[in-house]
Amino acid sequence: MAGIAEKVASLNNDEILRYSRHLIMPEVGMEGQLKLKQARVLCIGAGGLGSPLALYLTAAGVGTLGIVDFDVVDFTNLQRQIIHGTGDVGRKKLDSASDTLRGINPNVEIRKFDTRLSSANALALFREFDIIVDGTDNFPTRYLVNDACVLTGKPNVYGSIFRFEGQASVFATKQGPCYRCLYPEPPPPGLVPSCAEGGVLGILPGLVGVIQATETIKLILGSGEPLIGRLLLVDALSMRFRELKLRKNPHCPVCGTHPTVTELIDYNQFCGIRGEEAPAPTAMTDITVEELKKRLDRRDDLFVLDVREPHEYQICNLGGHLIPLNDLPKRVNELDSSREIVVHCKTGGRSAKAADFLRQSGFTKVHNLTGGINAWAERIDPKVPKY
Amino acid sequence: MKILVPTPLRQYAGKQAAVDVPAGTVGEALNALTSAYPDLRKHLYNDQGELRAFVNVYLNDEDVRYLQKEQTAVKDGDTLSIVPSIAGGGD
Repeated sequence: MAGIAEKVASLNNDEILRYSRHLIMPEVGMEGQLKLKQARVLCIGAGGLGSPLALYLTAAGVGTLGIVDFDVVDFTNLQRQIIHGTGDVGRKKLDSASDTLRGINPNVEIRKFDTRLSSANALALFREFDIIVDGTDNFPTRYLVNDACVLTGKPNVYGSIFRFEGQASVFATKQGPCYRCLYPEPPPPGLVPSCAEGGVLGILPGLVGVIQATETIKLILGSGEPLIGRLLLVDALSMRFRELKLRKNPHCPVCGTHPTVTELIDYNQFCGIRGEEAPAPTAMTDITVEELKKRLDRRDDLFVLDVREPHEYQICNLGGHLIPLNDLPKRVNELDSSREIVVHCKTGGRSAKAADFLRQSGFTKVHNLTGGINAWAERIDPKVPKY
Repeated sequence: MKILVPTPLRQYAGKQAAVDVPAGTVGEALNALTSAYPDLRKHLYNDQGELRAFVNVYLNDEDVRYLQKEQTAVKDGDTLSIVPSIAGGGD
């Protein structure tokens, strides 16, 4: 934050009243509130983590809040993305978020970046801010944010969630470790489910996002003990917070003593994702929901196999035989390899794995239902709920 | 000693959050765990039998990479945490 205090700033009487509860605390006071007013924070993502942290940073009076997001609000977001409301469904998250934030505190300059963060734009963008807060939801962007923070010398306030567990830390400060010191390499694609695949307890991004907002404000104020060199683990189910020690890895490829990563790289490739071709090409063995409907109406002999979890089957089903993907190897004997099998899940990812497994196990007549039961709900039977 | 199993891996460990194993070293503890739950093995180790780079193992609050790795001695009352990387941000 060097240099910030040199700029002249002041609070008007309305601001003094608004920030009164900060101003009467010696840990913030007028000096701290002016630091907040002059701070520029960039929030990557206006989703689960981005919602609470943008709300609190705005309320706290951070001077400039940048938000990078290219997504649109949908109904499945509302269970946790509290910056957006029911009436915002279909709007750009950026527009919805900035309306909410302006309503909370019109003194904050909200800068909207309607773009996907990339190796081409990250460095220039980060240079315009003091602190970067990572609320993204995928590995390539996590490594991109980290490396761009190290290369531009900006702290990376990190938070990450899965189901009811979260992690938080502050990476890429001069003295502290970076995300790559903790995890030098990403897991192979598909091994770690996303929130969309694995689900997430709605309050969890609230807990973790507020921790990120707290750390951001502490960094701006220069007070307290920031989460540098510490990984905070949050388990909402047992409501336990644990802390692990993190060390700066001298051999870290980006922040070590002899870095090999000195400019931004292709992060999709680094994470083993083949860019736009990532979704598996439609194979001859895939079947569309329209085709399945036609064949079921024709009373073809098809065996529908549902590889979702039992609690998903309760939400909606096509009357298929339920064997969750993970149980398939030990329950494969329930299937008749002489029959034609159509495998489905929610959107087609797990069923593709199941179909591959069945083919490797000697099943020759296996089809994967493209788009899963959600595609069926959307295009065949609107009575089936989408989730 | 107690091994804490993180949410993403519980499905391969009989849905348990913690598993008690008898062990003298970190390696023995992980071995006992993966012997009891063979499905876990491929999530913790690569084909060369090394711990995967995106799976961190902590003895109490220390990364075993900065101790004696899998040879690190353990005693009753210690807790081993498996901490895999997660990337979720609630979309």
